[in-house]
Amino acid sequence: MSAVLNFLIRRREAGIFVMIVLFCLFVGVQKPQFLTLDSLRIVLLLTPLIMIGAMGQMMVIVARHVDLSIGSILGLSAMVSGMMFRYMPDMPWFLCFPLSIGTGMLLGFVNGLLITTFRLPAIIVTLGTLNLYRGLTFIISNAKQIDRQYVPSILKSMSQPSPTLAVPLIIFLSFAIAVATYWFLMHTRIGRQIFALGSNPVAAPLRGINVTQVTLLVFTLSGALSGLAGIMYASRWGFVNPSNTGAGFEFQVIAAVVIGGVSINGGVGTVLGTVLGVLLLGCVGAALPLLGIPGTTQNAIYGSVILVALLIDRLVRAQGNRGVTQRAGASS
Amino acid sequence: MLKKSLLIGLAAGLAMVTTAFAADPIKIVYIGKNTGNPYFDSITGGFEDACKEKGCEFEFVAPATAEATSQIPFIEAQIQRGVNVIGIAPNSPDALNQVLDDARAKGILVLTVNGDLVGNESHRDATILPVDFTKTGPNQVELMGSLIGYKGEIAILSATTEAPDQNTWIAAMNDTLANDAKYKDMKLVATVYGDDQPEKSTTEMEALLANYPNLVGVIAPTTVGIAAAAQVVQQRGIADKVHVTGLGLPSEMRDFIKDGTVKAFQLWSPYNEGWLAVHFALGVLDGSIKNEVGASFDVPNLGKVTIADKNAMIAQPELTTFDASNIDNFNF
Amino acid sequence: MTDTTATPREAAAVRPLWHVVLVRPETMTFVLLILGIFIGSQISPYFLDVAYILKSFTLYAEFGMVALVLTMVIIAGEIDLSPAANMALSAAIFAFAQANGVPMPLAILIGLGAGVLMGVFNAFMVIALQIPSIIVTIGTLTAYRGLAQVLAGDQSIRVPEWYIGIDKVMVLGIPLPVVIFIILSIVLGLVLGLTVFGRQIYLIGTNEVSARYAGVRAKRIKAALFILMGFMSAVAGLMTASRLGSVRYDLGLGGELQMVLMAMLGGTYIFGGRGTILGTFLAAWLLVIVSTGMIVANWLPATQLCVLGVLLIVSIIATNFIYSRTQR
Repeated sequence: MSAVLNFLIRRREAGIFVMIVLFCLFVGVQKPQFLTLDSLRIVLLLTPLIMIGAMGQMMVIVARHVDLSIGSILGLSAMVSGMMFRYMPDMPWFLCFPLSIGTGMLLGFVNGLLITTFRLPAIIVTLGTLNLYRGLTFIISNAKQIDRQYVPSILKSMSQPSPTLAVPLIIFLSFAIAVATYWFLMHTRIGRQIFALGSNPVAAPLRGINVTQVTLLVFTLSGALSGLAGIMYASRWGFVNPSNTGAGFEFQVIAAVVIGGVSINGGVGTVLGTVLGVLLLGCVGAALPLLGIPGTTQNAIYGSVILVALLIDRLVRAQGNRGVTQRAGASS
Repeated sequence: MLKKSLLIGLAAGLAMVTTAFAADPIKIVYIGKNTGNPYFDSITGGFEDACKEKGCEFEFVAPATAEATSQIPFIEAQIQRGVNVIGIAPNSPDALNQVLDDARAKGILVLTVNGDLVGNESHRDATILPVDFTKTGPNQVELMGSLIGYKGEIAILSATTEAPDQNTWIAAMNDTLANDAKYKDMKLVATVYGDDQPEKSTTEMEALLANYPNLVGVIAPTTVGIAAAAQVVQQRGIADKVHVTGLGLPSEMRDFIKDGTVKAFQLWSPYNEGWLAVHFALGVLDGSIKNEVGASFDVPNLGKVTIADKNAMIAQPELTTFDASNIDNFNF
Repeated sequence: MTDTTATPREAAAVRPLWHVVLVRPETMTFVLLILGIFIGSQISPYFLDVAYILKSFTLYAEFGMVALVLTMVIIAGEIDLSPAANMALSAAIFAFAQANGVPMPLAILIGLGAGVLMGVFNAFMVIALQIPSIIVTIGTLTAYRGLAQVLAGDQSIRVPEWYIGIDKVMVLGIPLPVVIFIILSIVLGLVLGLTVFGRQIYLIGTNEVSARYAGVRAKRIKAALFILMGFMSAVAGLMTASRLGSVRYDLGLGGELQMVLMAMLGGTYIFGGRGTILGTFLAAWLLVIVSTGMIVANWLPATQLCVLGVLLIVSIIATNFIYSRTQR
């Protein structure tokens, strides 16, 4: 029994997978309609934004940083495209992709620049830009919502099952991003350098890693993916609101990433684990209303889940390197 | 400590230099729930137009978020600015009591506009409500009934569990369904809460469809809820099976009306609230209107308005129903 | 941090007093404060009024009190992002208890006890389990506020009439919360600046390992700071409940930013080891001046968000710059 437990704790992905299965069975016993293809569709539709954001956040956390500003980046990038839809309806709609992703890249790059140039902790910088970017969203939009009628129907249809494809396009897109992230992290030199940097920031320069470059890259990527998530928001919900769009996104994403076994001490994390973490959150999100549990419990559940994941992470660490005392904290 | 007393001394010195200005035009300020909320654009339009006509100064301010305490510094600032009238859409039924008392002690006329301090009415001078709230529940039930042929299972998708207005209406809906023989074949199977968030409202709506396969109608008496419910119905392509109605903003619902997802929904004109508030406030200040229960006065475009119990006024007697025939006449 | 070859004697000789004062981060805060008052008086004729500023300070005094303790936590090399959520949960527990018939004194004790427990939990995760405080307190931030939401729903819980209005109590013409904040600043300033305990906090933040070798009980002191943080958050939560007359789960929402901002603006070094209570004290006033100045001038809240965000980033850059130029 303890050997099984040990395996599950060590093979983090297997552990989360078992948790998902147990959770679904538990809900399914009480509400059989949860174990249908229809529910799978609901679960999957809840996840694309978190999935895309989580891929970026995962790289940031692997590099031993954290990005709290992704919700505001999502909001601002979505607003930029929304403004294009509203005030320049003659522009081809697909320009929203380069526009939003470019905006996200720029904002993420600013984060990275502040962090690397002034050697500041990411948490404080992104706490500052979280507010700054949200404020800018209000200012450029003049605090006006972009209503449904301005968002092109072709963009909205990406979130809907088409006659040819039973599964909405944005779900494919989010999984494609996950696969691309996997390839980038596992099969490119710079991807491996992110891991090397996170597992030992002091030794990284000695191994020939350009710390500034890699740090800038992960924040720019995180920003770009949040920008893409901004488009997905406009597609999924059909509107862009200066105050709601993306608010609290960072907590969902960080929850998904730490559940997925990405270590907050840097250097450890897998795409598969993160994907499973996102799916588990999606299952919880879809099951709560089905079970009649009020939405007010959702934050408590997210918070507890983060804490439990931290405890598990700590347990793994204690087993993995017994006797090795690690200096905790993000010293760069 | 030295620096502190220095600061106070400095501030006091400067304060003596700046003397209060004698206010010539009447100054009216309206404090919304939060910025970026499309609903308030229309109310402020009413305030602005009426002030333009009557020659008063109007300003709209609102905090960035709608939490209970966020309006307090804004109220304090307006007291300090020496405005004559504060109109407010309160974010909390009781957390503002103290600061509103301060405002009234300074001789400021305090009106709640679009939402009242339920249970704490003594802390404001009067309230302006958009419509006769006792009619909202029955009107909505009648509209639902006319859409589904007065037969079948229906559900309610509301805002938060404690939202005072929504709860009043829901109680009236329950009452109407139970006591009016006309609706004896309509069965209310569930009341769920989407917390006025698009994500949560959507998952709650999906859960309703999963839990009650025989559902024929959903009433969502909240602008966020009705849009989310309509979107679910639109995506699933089940508009002929499940009818969505409720209270919505024409600007947010236009697309759903145009493509037939929603046949009809209701609301009032928020514009009229602002318009009435200015006329009432100026009348009270110049003595031509007595702020007493039972008093009545004439307002251009609205006709005769009577001050009802608890100093409440309504801007229009019946709800406006929007459908494909008239939706293009409304631009809010 | 960096070793210079200069002996202390030589260093003292080349740095006269005015130089030492000028390069202290508190000086920057003080200059900004004067600047803020000046700009405030320019953008609105209603701003410069001592009574109004004192009254506005009551809205921030609770955050200010917690920020003072947070300064000590940051000096010790840790951070706590959960205090605003702690305020909400301890206030909600207090309000819930008294609404369900628990006598008021006991309810107050329960509220304070809850705050302490939350501090203990943070301390346990950070010190016993050695998980970085940043991520632990992001987790507890979500969890504590979530629990407050579970407990109170989105309902306002009223408190008894006699308990309402701590901000209306005047001591020598100054609102009570402001007086409490000032007294607390003096006490904590003395503790941090003059006692052995205070020096040990600096030592831990500068180099925890060498502090341990020097016989400082680093773990114990850090745990004490986290627990003090929990206690102070609960006090702040109960004071907020008295000011508002009711408690809802969103009490103090986003307050962690204001608290961190106060500590950073006051020149506390984010990597630990440096900072003063005087700095945070001045920064609290600076924040109030800036916020109320913008509000009374009817500036868009969006502009306020931007200004606060930029202030936070600029203040850490400035502090880092000052510290990198001088070795204290």
